[in-house]
Amino acid sequence: MMLEFFFTRGLRALATLLLIVTITFVVLRLSGDPAINILGLDASDEAIREFRRSWGLDQSIWVQYVRYLQAVIEGNLGRSMLDGRSAVDAVIERLPATLSIMVPGFVLQLVVGIPAGILSALRRNTWLDRLVMTSSVVCFTMPGFVFALLLVMVFAVTLHWLPSGGAGTLAHLVLPVLTMGFFGAATLARFTRSAVVDVLGQPHIRAATLRGIPRRRIVLLHVVPNAALPVVTIIGLMLGGLVAGAVITESVFSWPGIGRLLVTSVASRDLAVVQTILLMVGTAMVLANFCVDLAYGFLDPRLRHGQGNSANKG
Amino acid sequence: MPSFLEVQGLTKHFSVRSGAGLFSPRIPLKAVDDVSFSLKKGETLGVVGESGCGKSTTGRLVLGMMAPTHGSILLDGTAVHTRHDAVWRAQRQRMQMVYQDPVSFLDRRLPVGRQVMEPLTVHSIGSSVAERREKAEALFSVVGLRPDQFASYPHELSGGQRQRVILARALVLDPELLVCDEPVSALDVSVGAQVVNLLKDVQLSRGLTYLFISHDLKIVRQVADRVIVMYLGRIVEEAATQELFQQPVHPYTRALMSAVPSLKPHPQRRLSIQGSPPNPMQVPNGCVFHPRCPRASKLCQTERPELRNIAANRSVACHHPEDTTVSSPRKLETI
Amino acid sequence: MALVASTRSRSTWQRVTRSPPSIVLAFVWIAIMVVIAVTANHLAPYDTAATDLGARLRPPVFMSGGDWNHILGTDQLGRDTFSRLVLSVRASMTIAIISTFIAAAIGIVLGFVAAHSRGRLEQIILMLIDAQAAIPFMIVALAVLAFFGNSLVLFTVLLGFYGWERIARLCRGLALSASEQGYTIAVRDIGASPVRVYAMHILPNVASSLIVAMTLNLPEVILLETSLSFLGLGVQPPLSSLGNMVGAARDYMERAPWLVLAPSAVIMFTALAISIIGDWFRDLTDPAGESAR
Ligand SMILES: Nc1ncnc2c1ncn2[C@@H]1O[C@H](COP(=O)(O)OP(=O)(O)OP(=O)(O)O)[C@@H](O)[C@H]1O
Ligand code: SF4
Ligand SMILES: [Mg+2]
Repeated sequence: MMLEFFFTRGLRALATLLLIVTITFVVLRLSGDPAINILGLDASDEAIREFRRSWGLDQSIWVQYVRYLQAVIEGNLGRSMLDGRSAVDAVIERLPATLSIMVPGFVLQLVVGIPAGILSALRRNTWLDRLVMTSSVVCFTMPGFVFALLLVMVFAVTLHWLPSGGAGTLAHLVLPVLTMGFFGAATLARFTRSAVVDVLGQPHIRAATLRGIPRRRIVLLHVVPNAALPVVTIIGLMLGGLVAGAVITESVFSWPGIGRLLVTSVASRDLAVVQTILLMVGTAMVLANFCVDLAYGFLDPRLRHGQGNSANKG
Repeated sequence: MPSFLEVQGLTKHFSVRSGAGLFSPRIPLKAVDDVSFSLKKGETLGVVGESGCGKSTTGRLVLGMMAPTHGSILLDGTAVHTRHDAVWRAQRQRMQMVYQDPVSFLDRRLPVGRQVMEPLTVHSIGSSVAERREKAEALFSVVGLRPDQFASYPHELSGGQRQRVILARALVLDPELLVCDEPVSALDVSVGAQVVNLLKDVQLSRGLTYLFISHDLKIVRQVADRVIVMYLGRIVEEAATQELFQQPVHPYTRALMSAVPSLKPHPQRRLSIQGSPPNPMQVPNGCVFHPRCPRASKLCQTERPELRNIAANRSVACHHPEDTTVSSPRKLETI
Repeated sequence: MALVASTRSRSTWQRVTRSPPSIVLAFVWIAIMVVIAVTANHLAPYDTAATDLGARLRPPVFMSGGDWNHILGTDQLGRDTFSRLVLSVRASMTIAIISTFIAAAIGIVLGFVAAHSRGRLEQIILMLIDAQAAIPFMIVALAVLAFFGNSLVLFTVLLGFYGWERIARLCRGLALSASEQGYTIAVRDIGASPVRVYAMHILPNVASSLIVAMTLNLPEVILLETSLSFLGLGVQPPLSSLGNMVGAARDYMERAPWLVLAPSAVIMFTALAISIIGDWFRDLTDPAGESAR
């Protein structure tokens, strides 16, 4: 059962990857001459000829497609128009900067969102619950750039505690990480709350309460494990928000990461770089979702014990 | 007189999963198994049997709503079309269905008048909306609905009125054959009786032929000229209504009737059907009824009884049918 | 049944009259925004293109140095902030609404086609849905803008792809269950075409869930549009949107914070109000709260 589940999910992940690459290929072909798009208008004739030959642009569309797949697998995605370097190198060079705000930001989301959601559920209809839910709704509808600019206004412009942008010291990290944390904590809190509320309403939890088992024990041993399943699912979806968040955050704080590179590349239509980032994000997301599926498989008792058929749904 | 509807060897297998798993094998479910009957114009054939015995499936097959696995259906000499194409659509004008549940078979977001007009719109009958409306309104009076109810929504009508709307929608195309699938089982007894009377009236005035499906033997006795009794997808007994109710010969038919107090052929101890209700995915060998049959013998466990004639217009599928010549079926009591 | 219907509608009415002030406020805010969007041309006291270099970065009326000539002050080119805000509200609202309708149209068609076709076509549509859900839409949007350039029409259509996959999934589910209900079986049995069944019967019956989904999609489109415009990749000057107003004002944050705060507040309140209304509407149509988001 479990193997079957992982197998279908793995296949699905592969299919999605292929679909993403294919769509990129189609878009690239639709948007004009890929040689000029990738190399830039001022590329030398020789470079363009070389490019056409290596990508098989003089051959049938199927050959081109296969060549494109090859190029993607080899990581040969063209050169940046700006400095003529390999697009893949240019993107990978920015990866550490992005991860250095993404990872702490993600941790912050978990550390803030999950406990806030659990507390809010356990103290339902108290002022604490209302506070958490109201702030989560407000955060949910506040654009990330507004939050980031508010942080800048308070901590950089008014208080002069922290720099308003750039990178280098640890102090530079604080505001971007706070912004990233903000992006998912609200969703997570809201979702965790409803998951925990659901579990609390289940008969076996109520029975445990009636039997006089201490509340903390019930929460730790019964409620949290049961609520983990839906929460893991939403965490997978949140990774997408994290990537989008990086784009905004890095732009506001002039952070030298992939998100800002993407924005500048889009503005200057540096397609080789945009394409590389698109494929990398796509791959990362598909992998992340696959990992979430795995986690889900381990957490879902129906799959673990080989009954039920949630792998069977459309 | 040649028969109007001729059904030969009708069989429908559904392929269903034997378990809940992704790879659990699909096995065939014989919802209808080798069913044959014929119907004259203007006649009513009752179909009775327990829930799940394949009555509705038979009805839908007859209308060509789905393709049978085997068998043929001839309406007035031409084969009923099952592919949903132009021929199939044209065929809708000759035969229609009256549904069991008047609540769910009406669109709750549309006024009922519009729903009665809809078949005319679908089949482009009538040149204008006004003409269609006129025709639909005429049917409202035929089925006994007030003209002002034309604009009502289904939830504003009573159950009996909704069933009348469904009947009006079925009649608006002037069909010749109606398959009535438990048309009154969702209604109160008195309301149901009114609808049954209405069905009989329209049948007379319009010369309709009915395939009347029901598990209510009393109603079948009222409306049907002949009756077939189904069990696990097969016909176990067929007879004229009169004869069947006076002298049921198949043990299953007898059990069905003894379950209805006023229908007991003779005052006697109540004979309930023994054993568990049938599972159509595990059809027993031999006679399909043998696990529950009080008269079952060794032969019944191995040999499937064929449907055979035992008298004029009367057939039964049983190795040991009740003897029609013995007037009192006392033997049962000793079992 | 009639009894059930009437008690249900009474409780619905009670929900409306007893709804908390937040919902009333949300409705009032949206009403104001709609009025502004519709009457923007008459409401704006100044031509938004008119620069007045003599009156740059004027503060709003309630701050020292402000006056009633420019209620919300002026920007770095001396343009009237209030006028620009009014036109931005119109631009942002119009784009968001059109985009949401596009998303709904795509989602409804693909969802229904998936539900109707089954088999391979359904698998392909489901895969597209999965692929769309797997990649953050902002990345896709940026890539498309890079490949195809930017124009208002393209941008609106692009935003119209936001959320289509959720609506498609919803529509597929609703259509699958609706197509097993008696009323659709009956209409099919009459001989009605699939288009008729879906457009005339299933769509009206699932409309309330759809409207909820569209309402909840709307604030997210607004946030996306303003974010992209803030990055300078969405609505392009001279047309102003709430996002590009914030983006342009960013460099003057120290001297003129109101230039950032005013459009930001409008974005937030609008998104908040629409989500509140959407949640309320969902609770209204789905009292059991089954369709958790
Ligand atoms: N589309 C289908 N797919 C699979 N199995 C089906 C399908 N339709 C009917 N069946 C099965 O076929 C058998 C006969 O069903 P049918 O609806 O004809 O019974 P019925 O006699 O009308 O019962 P009832 O009195 O409850 O209406 C049942 O076991 C049912 O589960
Ligand atoms: S054939 Fe045998 S088992 Fe079947 S009904 Fe007749 S007596 Fe009973
Ligand atoms: Mg039935």
